[in-house]
This record gives sequence, C-alpha cells and structure tokens, in this order.
Amino acid sequence: MPVSKLVGTKVKRREDPRLVQGLSHYVDDLRMADVMHAAILRSPHAHARINGINTDAARALSGVVTVLTGADIGDSVGSVPCAAANPTLRTPPHPVLAQDEVRYVGEPVAVAVAGDSYTARDALDLIEVDYEPLPAVSDLEKALQPGSPLVHSQWDSNQAFTFECGTGDMDKARAEADVIVKQKFIHQRLAPIPVETRGVVARYFPGEDELTVWSSTQIPHLLRAMLALMLNFPEHRIRIIAPEVGGGFGCKLNVYREEGLLAHLAMKLKGTVKWIEGRRENMQATIHGRGQVGTVEAAVKKDGTILGVTYDSLLDTGAYHQLLTPGMPPLTGLMISGSYKIPTLKFTSTGGFTNKVATDAYRGAGRPEATLVIERTLDLIARELDMDPVELRRKNFAQPSDFPLQVATGLAYDSGNYQAALDRALEMVGYQDLRAEQQRLREQGRYLGIGFSTYVEICAMGPSAALPAGGWESGTVRMDFTGKATVLTGVSPHGQGEETTFAQIVSDDLGVPIEDVAVLHGDTAVVPNGIGTFGSRGISVGGTAVYMATQQVREKAEAIAANVLECSTDDLEFEDGKFTVKGVPDKGITIQEVALQAHVATKLPAGMEPGLQATSVFEPSNFTFPFGTHICVVEVDTQSGEIEIKKYVAVDDCGKVINPMIVDGQVQGGIAQGLGQALLEEVVYDEDGQLVTGSLMDYAVARAEDLPQLEFDRTETPSPVNPMGVKGVGEAGTIGSTPSIVNAVVDALAPFGVKHIDLPLKPEKIWRLCQGGNK
Amino acid sequence: MIPAAFDYIVPDSLEAAAASLAEAGDNGKVMAGGHSLLPMMKLRLAQPGVVIDLKRLDSLRRIQVDGGTLRIGALVTHHQVETSSEVKDNCALLARVAGSIGDPQVRNRGTIGGSVVHGDPAADWPAALLAMGAELTLTSSGGARSMAAGDFFLGPLTTAIEASEILTGLSVAVPAAGTRAAYRKVKQKASGFAIVGIAVCLQADGDTCTDVGIGVTGLAGTPFRATAVEDQLRGKALTADNITAAAAGVADGVDALDDIHASGEFRAHLARLNTARAIQDALGG
Repeated sequence: MPVSKLVGTKVKRREDPRLVQGLSHYVDDLRMADVMHAAILRSPHAHARINGINTDAARALSGVVTVLTGADIGDSVGSVPCAAANPTLRTPPHPVLAQDEVRYVGEPVAVAVAGDSYTARDALDLIEVDYEPLPAVSDLEKALQPGSPLVHSQWDSNQAFTFECGTGDMDKARAEADVIVKQKFIHQRLAPIPVETRGVVARYFPGEDELTVWSSTQIPHLLRAMLALMLNFPEHRIRIIAPEVGGGFGCKLNVYREEGLLAHLAMKLKGTVKWIEGRRENMQATIHGRGQVGTVEAAVKKDGTILGVTYDSLLDTGAYHQLLTPGMPPLTGLMISGSYKIPTLKFTSTGGFTNKVATDAYRGAGRPEATLVIERTLDLIARELDMDPVELRRKNFAQPSDFPLQVATGLAYDSGNYQAALDRALEMVGYQDLRAEQQRLREQGRYLGIGFSTYVEICAMGPSAALPAGGWESGTVRMDFTGKATVLTGVSPHGQGEETTFAQIVSDDLGVPIEDVAVLHGDTAVVPNGIGTFGSRGISVGGTAVYMATQQVREKAEAIAANVLECSTDDLEFEDGKFTVKGVPDKGITIQEVALQAHVATKLPAGMEPGLQATSVFEPSNFTFPFGTHICVVEVDTQSGEIEIKKYVAVDDCGKVINPMIVDGQVQGGIAQGLGQALLEEVVYDEDGQLVTGSLMDYAVARAEDLPQLEFDRTETPSPVNPMGVKGVGEAGTIGSTPSIVNAVVDALAPFGVKHIDLPLKPEKIWRLCQGGNK
Repeated sequence: MIPAAFDYIVPDSLEAAAASLAEAGDNGKVMAGGHSLLPMMKLRLAQPGVVIDLKRLDSLRRIQVDGGTLRIGALVTHHQVETSSEVKDNCALLARVAGSIGDPQVRNRGTIGGSVVHGDPAADWPAALLAMGAELTLTSSGGARSMAAGDFFLGPLTTAIEASEILTGLSVAVPAAGTRAAYRKVKQKASGFAIVGIAVCLQADGDTCTDVGIGVTGLAGTPFRATAVEDQLRGKALTADNITAAAAGVADGVDALDDIHASGEFRAHLARLNTARAIQDALGG
C-alpha cells in the first residue's frame, strides 16, 4: 500500500477534533492544586497622579493572601521590554504596576491575591486610591502639537521616535509630473479580540528554585528570555508553556505587565498564582492595532506613470511601548511601493505618546496601512486621470521578469507575477460586464461599486538582521524505537494548523503515515529553542527548518539502511517508507526498521552516533512577498447608508501550498478581519481618554452574518528564498481585503463626487456623503 | 467579570416567588433567562442582595390562544416565540421580531418577560408590543394587575413595575384576518440591539388604511407608539406619497438618542426611512 503524498492536499486539520469537542486545554482549563487567584485593579483615569493607596481593608478581607501596589513592588521587577531598535526612541519606564502616575484607562495599579477568584475580585472594591487627575491627551495629532499635555513629563514633547526610509528625488518627481494627488488617511485603532483573552498561571518550585509560567502567548521562548531579564532570574530555571492558545493575531506577540507580575507573585508567595483576563480588561489593557494618521502625495504623468510617492505619517503609540510598538511604521514604510515600480519613494513616521493603551502588531502589522495607502492612491490617481483602475495598475505593475525586484524602499521582492493573479480575478468577477451593469444601475438610481486591491505583502520574518531578537527558527525531527516520528518546532502555533502541515511534510519525506507523526510545540522544556509565530513565518521559516531536519534524518536513515543491507547508499532507492537495493526489490528495510536499528545501535556504520534525529535552525536569506488580487463588488443604499457586498473574489499567491484547505481558511479569516476594519471596527476613546468602546456591546467585530460568499482561487509563484518555495499566508487576507472594499464603496459613490472615505465605512458616514446629492 | 456576593432563591411557586420578592424589597431582583441581569451583575453595575430565579415556574412557560387572545408567559424564550405555531398562525409579527433578537444562543436562553421588564430602550420587543397594543400582567403577593404596554415603558431601563411585582406574562388580541405586519430593524452591529426598530401592524380596506399600529424602539430613551403617524394614515389611501408623508413625522418632537453608533439626526432619519419601508413591507407581505 503506497503512502500517499500529502503535501499539496487538503488534509483535515488534526487539531480540530479536540478543539470542536472542547477537549483542549487553554490556560484557564489547567487544573492545579493550591492555586491562588489574582485580580488587578486598573486605573479609571486616562492620566492621574497617585497620591496614595490604602489597601488595609482589602488585606483584612477574609481569604485575601496579599495585596500589592507599585510601591510594594518597587524595582524588584524590571520594566516591560521594548525590543524595537531605533536610535531616536524615547522609552519610558514601564513598570508592572503603576508607580506614581497612571497614563491610560486600564493601567494596572494594584493586585489582590486570594484563595479564590471571587474573593480576589471583592478585595479590589476595598482598595482606596487617591487619584489626582492630570490633563490627558487622547488625539494623536493634538498630542504632537506644542502645548499639549505631556504623557511623560520628563520629556518636553510627546514625540516618541522618528523613522524614515526611501530613496529618490521627490522634488524632481513633482517637477516632471503632470498631476499631483494628495490624500490624508486615518487608520483607526483596532482591537485584536482573540476569542481566548490573555491568561497567566505562574508556579514557583522553591525546592528546585524553578519557575514555570503558563501563558497564552505566541512567543514562549522570547517570553522566557524577557522574563529572565525582568525578574533578574536565570533563564535556564524558567520554563514557559503556551498551552492551547485561542487566537493571537499579534496581540500575544508580546510581553505584558501581567506576565511579569504573576511570575513575581508566584516567587514571592512560593506557590501558584493564576490570572485570567476578562473581556473588558482585554479591551483596555491588551494592545490595539493600527492607530496611524498620514498624508500621501503622488507625482504622476498623464499616461498614468507614477514617478514618486511620499507618505508622511504619525503613529499613535499610546502611553508606553510594548515589545514592538515602534517597529510597526518601518513595516508600513518598507511596503509603501506596493506591487508597483515607483522610482522615488519617501516615508516618514513620527511616534506620539497619548493617554491610551499601547499600539503594536495586529494581523498585518504595518502592512495593512501601506496597502490601504497605495491601493487607495492608485484609485485616486485613476479618478484624477479618468483612467480605468485596472489599466493604471497594469501600467505600473512590476513585470515577472523584474524579479528579484529592487524596490526604492530598500527591499528586494523575491518573486511575483501580479498580472496573472489580476487576470484570473478579472475573469472570475466578469469585469467588463460589471462596468456595463454599473452604468445601467446608475441610471436607475442604484449604486454599484467595483473595488480592487492588487496587493503585495512581506512575510517570512525574517532575516535575523532585520528583526530585533532573531528571525531564525528551529525544527527537530526524531524517530524513536518503534518508528514513530516526533517533530519539535519553535513556532508555537495557535490556530495556524502546523500540527497538520508540518506532519504532512515529514510524512511525505520519511514515508511514514501522518498518524505516526506528532508535532510538539509551545513548551520551552520540550522544544530546545525557537522564536515564535508572527509575521506569517510559520511555514516559511519554521516549516523550512522542519523540512531541512527531515532531510537530515532521511540521509542518516539511508546510511544505516545501506549498512544493514550491506550496500552503498548509491545503490539504494527510497519509496513509500522503504529502502530497497536497486534491481533487487525484495532486499529492503523499512524506515521503521531503520529507526529500531538506529536505537539498538549494533549495525550502525563505523563512527556513527546512535539515534535517529536531527535539528535544523533555518536562517532565511530574505523575506518572502506573497501577493494577489482581491475584487469586491458592493451596492450602496444611499438612503440608509448600508453597504451590501454582492460579490467578493480573491486570487492569492502564497507560493507553494502545503495544504489548500488551511490556506483557504487563513484567507477567509483574514478577509473577515479586513472587512471588520473596512466596515465595522473602531476603538473609540473620548477626548479625555475614556475608552468608549469598552466591550463587545460597543465594539463590532465581524460575525458570520457580515461575511459575503467568498470566491477563491490561487496562482502559485514559488519563492526562491527557501527549498519548498513557500511564502506564508497568515496575514494576506487582512492586508489584501480592506482596500478592495473601500475602493468599491468609493467607486459606487463616484456620482456623488466622493473621492475618499476614512474607515470604518459606517452607514451614517455614507449617508452624509450622499446628502449633497448626485453630482 | 465576577459579580458581588448575593443570595440565590429558587421558589417552587409564583406565590413563594412573590413572597420572597416582597421580603427582599429593593434589595431583590427577579431573574428569568438572566441575559440582561447577569451581565450587569458581572460588571457590578447591578449588585442585588437577593436573586429570585423563576426557573421552576413552569406555568410561566406557556403560549396559548384563548378566545381571540394570544397569551405568552414571561419565561417563554425568544426562540419559542420565534418557532411557536400558535404565534406564527395568530400573530406572525411577534415571531418575526423574536427571530431578529440577538443570536441563536441569546434566543434560546433569553425570555420575553425578562427582556420586556429590563426596559432597554433599544430592545426589539417594545416595538412589537406597542404596535399590537399588548397588555402586561404584573403579579405581587397582593394580587395581579394588568397594564397596557403603552403605559409600561417610562425611560431607559425604567418601567412602571413596582419593586414587589413580577411580570408574569403578556397578551395581545389576535389580529383580524387580513392584518398585515412588518418589522424593520437597523442593527447596532456590536450589540445586535436596534439603532432603530419599527414594528407595523396594519389593516386595509382595498388600498385604504382602516387601522394601524406603529411601535418605535431605539430612537429615544423610551420606546413609543407613533400615534401621529398612525393618525395621519388612518382613512388614507396607502400610496407611496402618503406613506412617506406620514412616516416623515415619526421623529417629530422626539429627543433622539445620540451615541457613537448613530447621531440623533441620523437616528431620526433612519426612523423616517424605516417607518415608510416597514409600511411598504407590510403591504408587500
């Protein structure tokens, strides 16, 4: 019975049975004896001085173990780390509990620990904090104006950093241009909303002097290193376990105050302490995404040739830097060229402190901003020149022969064929008929719009030189006595399906059934080293490491087989999990028998170490650049302002596909979040810094009923950066989708003179734009 | 998301429930499905000392048609209303409104009585109950009384129920044959509540409107019956122009709610637009 080749096929996700049956173990599902529960008191003020905290009544409550404030902790726990490197960066102290001032609503002020979670919560109501409210600034642009209230009074302004990239002479581009297009963009703050909120259980073993922390994180190994630094405790005596993680979307690519605080409490109390974030806490105290404002300027020839683009932007950092807060603008700036050949590009960013929770990576992380800007800009230019947006895109597209493509932002795109994806999407949507239909409906007072996004994004993060804490990934493949294979991966999957895709790779290349391959992850005591899951790097960096380790295992198995069969490795064939001697088909040995021999270790080639395992650490030589075309067709009800998506076509190219079903799922989920950004989602703070969208009763995430029928196809342009030719797909749907929806709505409202709308496209905004009447 | 401590009572009879409530006074809160009360308790916005759970009072779970009157017990879930053949056959509007509430989980657990007595100004039920002229039954240890839906809603989360009373059920007159009805709702996308909800119940002789009831939710702090619009339609031909003209008055004199989801101006516009559209829906369906 031949072992089927699994790579490229729709293998059902092996994770799903336990997930859909509720048999997984998230942090809150862990059951341990003698657990103490922590509850955190958070600031109700956007900015206030803490004149005093009285915890007497809380401490006196029966069942309370301890109550700690920032003053109690002092400097025994270090600052929450920011890993982004930028010489202009101002990094404020970021204590686990507020010391003298609070700077955003939701900032941790005190922690109560009790024998049960109810008592811990009751204790919070008994803590008296004497706050002296201070002037707060919520609006990013106001925060950067002279005279603004200062978030951190040790500096003379709220400027957090500056960053710029790009090349070329924009003055020359302007001089040569026939048309200049300018537009301001507001990228609203978004809340990542993983279904599982954050949660931490920390356990200290006094006898062993060891600390184990279970945390809902995307980066267990990085968290271990950072906690070692924060706690001044040896890294090798810390174990981090990321159990089942219920979604991250970037917000768990971080190190949070609560992780340091819970670890500190466990060590101080010499026991086990648990904290599970509530949804309201999640809205207040887990990072937000986006939060950028900027103005684009494009210099264009009459024939549509884009000579240059500048994008000057501001980033709303919030009050403190999280792990990668200042690292978001570079991802915007580097990708501002999109899929177009633009000789002159200039990007600037200034970070501004505000009295709000920090922004950081949220699905797409800087690239959705770049894509929205460049894809909207293309439509603005097309409108200005009265040119079809498809024609304009074709005119400026990089050609397949241009790759590797040197872009004016400094990147080299690995591979691409933008025309092919566009052609396929146009064919699927029936573009020419649609334009005729649009014209016909307009005459009836109905408003159809067609929107394009011919996006490119940057994945496979990344070369270590481009990341603050290493961009490599580890993979270990091991076969044991009985011929079962175990894979250890550092990527710590949390929904991406690598227990399936990595097993597909190993199953194919070692010729073992997929049932015999276990993929282990998310535990620093099990997986020797790793970086984590983010930046669509799972398959392209982590998967490549596993692929390379698999080849090494196979080579060793081949050497053992040759020794057992008393032939040269050159005389061996390997198929369906069996080594046979060429021309002597009944003389062979299965890989399982080889695994046994590797451990029995009596028939090994001279000098070979026993066992059958290999570890590879893959360092990518470049990023990968997936791309595609999304086309959205909408009809807008100009009386109610409602937008109906009539058709949605997505042709994505993420290089070689390991599992088409998982790729479809990633694109689908990505589009759901991109659609949320386009139509529904917006974190709102009032001007005093109060969080208005503090719950899911006011913050609208996309639900099943909001999603249209999605039509998918793919083109496949392999990446030359890694041996499997994979690129990554975790964020493509989010990055690619938003601009197509906005462009469609703006196109629909062209008869009303509408050229641009900021997100989200709420009905009231649409209705107001139509009030001026059909122009 | 952990409530403050409270005592929990599960009475076996309505009498016992009323007695417990009388004893608890202002400190007591009655629970039906718990879909409004428990979230408020978890946020500690409500901290009742005593929660009286009606879940054992099976007599409040009935739907019955009784000589031209449809009676629905307070513990009937939204899902039961949505799928009940008695409701669909006798008062389809209520089934339609029930189906527009929340999501399946909410409809499976939330009750009509609990929702109505909570008095959320953007809930769906008030629009339908006002349009239909429903009567509510309020029971205390002193006995039961009946109150028109139009007298019940007083303001945001405020109703005419006394602290000692339990809403035990509601009734509507089964509409005459040929009555047309519709519900139009503009959903607040996060909560699923109505930014504006318009329920219309309409009778016509030929194309002349002989009677009409219009209930409006979401627009103001108190759901209300659009009597001015009704008056303008009664006896009139149901032409598009007449409908639009009548609907244009739905927000007149109303202090429209204004929040991040919709300004007062937009809510008023949506109320006018959807009043006209709901009437058209009723005529079409």
